[in-house]
Amino acid sequence: MKLAVCVKAVPDTLGGRRFDPETRRLDRSGELALSEFDLHAVEEALRLRDAAGTGEVVALTLGPEQAREPLRKALAMGVDRSLLVSDQAYAGADLLVTAAALAAAIGREAPDLTLFGQQSPDGEGACLWAAVAERLELPVISQVAELTLEPGRVLGRRQTEYGYERLAAPLPALVAVSDSINEPRYPSLKGIMAAKSKPQQLLAASELGVSVASQTSVRGFAPPPERGERRVISDDGTAAEAILSFLRERRLFA
Amino acid sequence: MRPLVFLEHHGGALSRSSLGVLSYASSLGAPAALIAGHELGALAAEAARFGASAVYVADDERLAAPLPQPRVDVLEQLMAAEGFDTVLFAQSVLASDLAAALAARLEAGLNWDLVELHGEGEQLVGRRPALADSVWVEVGWSSPQRLAVFRSGIFEPLERPAPLLVHAFPVEIRPRSLLVELLEPAAERPSGPSIEDAEVIVAGGRGLGKAAGFALVEELAAALGGAVAATRAVVDAGWYPYETQVGQTGKTVAPKLYLAVGISGAIQHKVGMQASGTIVAINKDPHAPIFDYADLGVVGDLNEIVPRLTELLRAAQAR
Repeated sequence: MKLAVCVKAVPDTLGGRRFDPETRRLDRSGELALSEFDLHAVEEALRLRDAAGTGEVVALTLGPEQAREPLRKALAMGVDRSLLVSDQAYAGADLLVTAAALAAAIGREAPDLTLFGQQSPDGEGACLWAAVAERLELPVISQVAELTLEPGRVLGRRQTEYGYERLAAPLPALVAVSDSINEPRYPSLKGIMAAKSKPQQLLAASELGVSVASQTSVRGFAPPPERGERRVISDDGTAAEAILSFLRERRLFA
Repeated sequence: MRPLVFLEHHGGALSRSSLGVLSYASSLGAPAALIAGHELGALAAEAARFGASAVYVADDERLAAPLPQPRVDVLEQLMAAEGFDTVLFAQSVLASDLAAALAARLEAGLNWDLVELHGEGEQLVGRRPALADSVWVEVGWSSPQRLAVFRSGIFEPLERPAPLLVHAFPVEIRPRSLLVELLEPAAERPSGPSIEDAEVIVAGGRGLGKAAGFALVEELAAALGGAVAATRAVVDAGWYPYETQVGQTGKTVAPKLYLAVGISGAIQHKVGMQASGTIVAINKDPHAPIFDYADLGVVGDLNEIVPRLTELLRAAQAR
């Protein structure tokens, strides 16, 4: 069983995330961390490999050179090797370019199952897997909260807006996992030491032969709109009455 | 420009969120709509009632399961056959995957999580709140075909009856689009409105103290005719089911009234509910972040205020 995990290296904390007004791109020049959502995908891949007792897990990312460090964390968690696709040509890559590059890298690896986390914490997108699957012409299941492997197929239970459903797809397939699927492990000291000698491959755009261009752009930024007037009161024993009259004032209760 | 709106449906009804996008789309030009599924009944008439100038109906047994890949084939063929260059979606598990796969198939630009869209000459310009809504990003498209996914539930569906113009659209579905199999469909919700469609939501957080504290929230929601929601913290603690979770990793909701009980209102929660019409918050901590964006904030003991409010609402209704 060969498993791939697509991960994203993101600016370290939410507070530290900002757009560069020059390039209109997210500033990725500082320290990068492994997306918290992708830790669940890494964990699930390790769980599947270890349950099978055999196989390989490779972590893939598209990102700048500083993405090496977050990839090392995946290796320290137990991933067998990593592949970083990095190229100045990919700076500011939109969904189409990112999907095309990852699909090309996955195509070279030909894993049985490719996992994704449920969303990007900085780009706030939650659909990359579907674009990658389309390029690879492979089946995809998203938002999976419970994953089972059977010979030749993957089963997933997931939550949609209408409740829980169960889906199956033949392998090879792509699955995006929800963050309720597992509790990611912390790298052990032994894992951190072992990570240093694991294979870490670097690929350039030219090696992937991807010729897709971004079709979206950022035109500018604006501050978020202000909400209207706000009131805060302290309960003096009549707070419930105050809420009721407020609801009536706003015509939210007759 | 003539936008095409993808209308999602479940259990014989169109989703409020996608009807909201249909209503909003009329500002861009007379919108057409696509309904894809099987045994669709009166859904086309419903779409016309909400302003669809033409309704394309793709009715096929192979579209019975709410899966994205066969719908990519439908949209690709419909766009080519009828010359639609702009397709609008309301964010959902299905619509996000569908839009992204379609973008890859057509190499068309896709912008998501939009709260606004307008034309500037030939160009379309969208607005997307980013970085936990701390900044609004203005986005554009450079491809001739443009795909836009709107944040769930941000537009109110408006009845704007249009003459019913239905086109049955025959589809060819590729075998590779049918690889995913639905083993067990989503069960209907046991009771109450689903939180994305609810006009009133009463949400409970860690401040309830224990799982049993949700009884207070449920009673208040019942008195207001609303749905019950929960925060990430209490869902993780197992106090309330995951499907009621509002926030960054849960649902995004925009009811007319959002009443937050014992919720501090961290950014992860805020992004899921700040589009609500009116926000009322009850919390004992005067420094809780939710008081920065609640229309009415009440600092006090929820164990006293909530039962009293429920009682007042019931008494008012009984009159």
